[in-house]
Amino acid sequence: MRAGIYELAIRLRNREISAVELTKAYIDAIEKLNPAINAYVYLTFDTALKAAEQADQMLKEGDAPLLCGIPMALKDNICTDGIATTCCSKILKDFKPYYDAAVWEKLKAQGAVLLGKTNMDEFAMGSTSETSCYGAPLNPRNTNYVTGGSSGGSAAAVCANLAVYSLGSDTGGSIRQPASFCGVVGLKPTYGAVSRYGLIAYGSSLDQIGPLANSVKDAAIVFDAIKGGDKRDQTSVDYDYGSSLAECLDRDIKGMRIGVAEEFFEGINTEIKSKIEKAIKLFENNGAVIENIRLPALKLALPVYYIIACAEASSNLGRYDGIRYGYRTSSYTGIEDMIVRTRSEGFGDEVKRRIMLGTYVLSSGYYDAYYKKACLIREEINREFDAVFENCDVLVAPTAPNTAFPLNHKGDSPVEMYLSDICTVPVNIAGVPAISVPCGEDSRGLPIGMQIIGRRFGEATVLQAAHFYEQSAGKVIGDYEGGAGI
Amino acid sequence: MNYEIVCGIETHIELATKTKIFCGCTTEFGGEPNTHCCPVCTGQPGSLPILNQKVVEYAIKAGLALNCKINTKSHMDRKNYVYPDLPKAYQISQYDEPLCEKGYIELDSGKRIGITRIHIEEDAGKLIHESGLTYIDYNRSGVPLIEIVSEPDISSAEEAKEYAEKLQLIMRYIGISDCKMQEGSMRCDVNLSLRKPGDPRFGVRTEIKNINSLSFIQKAVMAEAERQADILDAGGTVVQQTMRYDEGTNSVTPMRDKENSDDYRYFPDPDILRFCVDDKKVEEIRESLPELPFDKLKRYMNVLGLSEATAKQIFRYRMVAEFFEDTLAEGASVKNTANLIVVTIFSNMDTEEEKELFAIRISAAQFAALVKLADEKKINIGVAQSTLQKMLESGKPVEEFIKPEDLVGISDEALESLCKEAIDANPEAAANVRNGKDKAINVMFGYIMKKTGGKADIRKAEVLLRKLIRQ
Repeated sequence: MRAGIYELAIRLRNREISAVELTKAYIDAIEKLNPAINAYVYLTFDTALKAAEQADQMLKEGDAPLLCGIPMALKDNICTDGIATTCCSKILKDFKPYYDAAVWEKLKAQGAVLLGKTNMDEFAMGSTSETSCYGAPLNPRNTNYVTGGSSGGSAAAVCANLAVYSLGSDTGGSIRQPASFCGVVGLKPTYGAVSRYGLIAYGSSLDQIGPLANSVKDAAIVFDAIKGGDKRDQTSVDYDYGSSLAECLDRDIKGMRIGVAEEFFEGINTEIKSKIEKAIKLFENNGAVIENIRLPALKLALPVYYIIACAEASSNLGRYDGIRYGYRTSSYTGIEDMIVRTRSEGFGDEVKRRIMLGTYVLSSGYYDAYYKKACLIREEINREFDAVFENCDVLVAPTAPNTAFPLNHKGDSPVEMYLSDICTVPVNIAGVPAISVPCGEDSRGLPIGMQIIGRRFGEATVLQAAHFYEQSAGKVIGDYEGGAGI
Repeated sequence: MNYEIVCGIETHIELATKTKIFCGCTTEFGGEPNTHCCPVCTGQPGSLPILNQKVVEYAIKAGLALNCKINTKSHMDRKNYVYPDLPKAYQISQYDEPLCEKGYIELDSGKRIGITRIHIEEDAGKLIHESGLTYIDYNRSGVPLIEIVSEPDISSAEEAKEYAEKLQLIMRYIGISDCKMQEGSMRCDVNLSLRKPGDPRFGVRTEIKNINSLSFIQKAVMAEAERQADILDAGGTVVQQTMRYDEGTNSVTPMRDKENSDDYRYFPDPDILRFCVDDKKVEEIRESLPELPFDKLKRYMNVLGLSEATAKQIFRYRMVAEFFEDTLAEGASVKNTANLIVVTIFSNMDTEEEKELFAIRISAAQFAALVKLADEKKINIGVAQSTLQKMLESGKPVEEFIKPEDLVGISDEALESLCKEAIDANPEAAANVRNGKDKAINVMFGYIMKKTGGKADIRKAEVLLRKLIRQ
């Protein structure tokens, strides 16, 4: 069993290991494994060691926060002052922001040790991380398979124990789906629970930062550290969760009302379906009340998601013009030519596809038929979720309709790839929280993820249910051998 | 052939808030290029806008002053277009839910020019072309603007000018902008078409962009109306396009068209929450508004009894009007106060700008002390004027220039004996007056004024002199 954040924090405080030693162990593991896995695209070992020294100092002085001295990783779309933040896109190659994202500011203040930036689909657009301009990260459990995406590097780094935890971002499943593919825990918080300041936007009304970790408890500890309102993000909310969520995970689930919507199981791989059903049985056997519910609008979630996310993306990505930062084409005849060439050369195909889609659905003449209609259906989906949560505490569903794809598997069929987001996008549309926890393996030994969805700001219940499952289900997936031997 | 002018004006006004609309950067004009900037107003990846509540408040002030309905629910939209001075490739503006709607400005004729809407938005940066290269200064990027759109109710060049003039005056009065057209803190776009009198249909319109002075608005409307009339008279059709007014040649010419058509793909900005303005807040803002300029003008004429000419000279500068009213509050008379401001103080101010600023070295109380001496006839108006001039130059109070002993005035007996003295000293002039050469009396006036240091009541002296000369 790998040590969790809490155990590491105790060892650091008992001087069994120093933050510098811990960091060095991770650096060694990254140097050994990352060339094969490609989880990290930018390494920050020098600053990590300095941060570790400071963490040791903080620990010595006593009263250090829980995450002090713990080595971790950030997805490459989270801004880090003076450290490359590229969204794994050529258009932001070598871009170094001069400001920190709110989440990184918080973690840094706690003494977090940043090992590097992790691989992802270009601008978080994709479900396999294969659209990264640095090449895809590989699934540490079987390197013939993808990590999932878009936070594939963050999931792979945690899976291979190349970081104790990482942050990802989730617009349509980008934390939960790679967590599921790599067999780790991934939490997408309520929209607004975590500040988006410094997260490079993809779909602004859907994007949310969250943790990927090796256990529900670790995810809860990290969520505790990054949550909270921020005056630099108007959409953030200073919700009062009461105490630390990590400290109230042990809750009897007796009487917990768990909703199961058949719409979430349509077209799901049978191996996955049976594992989720088994998990539901476990809940039931321990006193949870299973409610069969309906979410009829769910079948519209996928088109709604792709219309809204692409519309917002087409506007959000307009700023990459080669004028102020990032990549600029080498030869051009005038300003317009420069912008056109820069964008043509700087963006990959998937990003271009979504910019075109988004531009189209916002165009006059099409706006009402696509964007406006999608917004109306979004409201309907929200209403259905609201109604369901009047009778249920959480919903249980698969995280993805499938386990990890083989590399280069679906590169030629974007729509088929979009279908793989079917279980995760409704959660982003409704802005509710959801976690993915490993709940078994398929016949090829690839991890399967179960999704537990809560009401807005219902992270506590989601984490409690997930923690209960994790503790009660026993060993559902194999351990990853390798990584930092800690 | 005669045509009817159909004209509407879109006005952009920079709001005088201390900080920008979505970040904490200063809005100060000038400054080294790109020094009033941050990640938000230069569109750095990951930055997010925070709506400045002062901007909302100022826009509501404008709406109330222009008789608009204030929408209690509103939101910001993104207007997407690509231009190097627009760092996010979208301008945050308001599309289908403007903050204010359905107001009007009343012209002197009593005709009302409708205000369609007022919305808030951010300004773009500035391109600076220098020796064949183009530089971008983002200091202005994110400076708050309101756009005030009029109905096409304007039907002459004079009305266009009057509309803009009144708008400028009202905005300055309520203190939300300095509205300096030369510096670009007020910019007008004029939409204009022609039609045959009585025709209910509108003709094809053109838009003249960025006119930067009030008189150019009038000239541009005339020039464009003539241009369109010539086209129509020759049997041609007006092309819908964007025009530029050239003040040098007093002509209107098409601007180089941006190749993209106007599809801005507006949609609600997901980074900024919908906002509500409650009625209580609106009422608070309404109560905080000063007396509006044209209400003031009416009061000056109807209640204070000022002549139209004098009232108009005072009311059009807020600072002057305040000084005027503060002086009255100290007990000075309306007439002398108004006259001394218009004649003496204004003679020290050559430009509109100086009157607008009204930076003078004496306080209203000091000014009132002087005016009251004139009111009480302790000094005559000429002395009041010259003393005021000295006060303005030195910043010193009236006591510095007029001693108590000067204020006693000239008693009737003293004046009579002075008049006698004057006649005795100028027998020839006295004889001339007696013989009908009336102007010769000035010689005696000069004598008396010299002896009294200008304090004698000249009309009284005249009566006395004539009586004595006739005796």
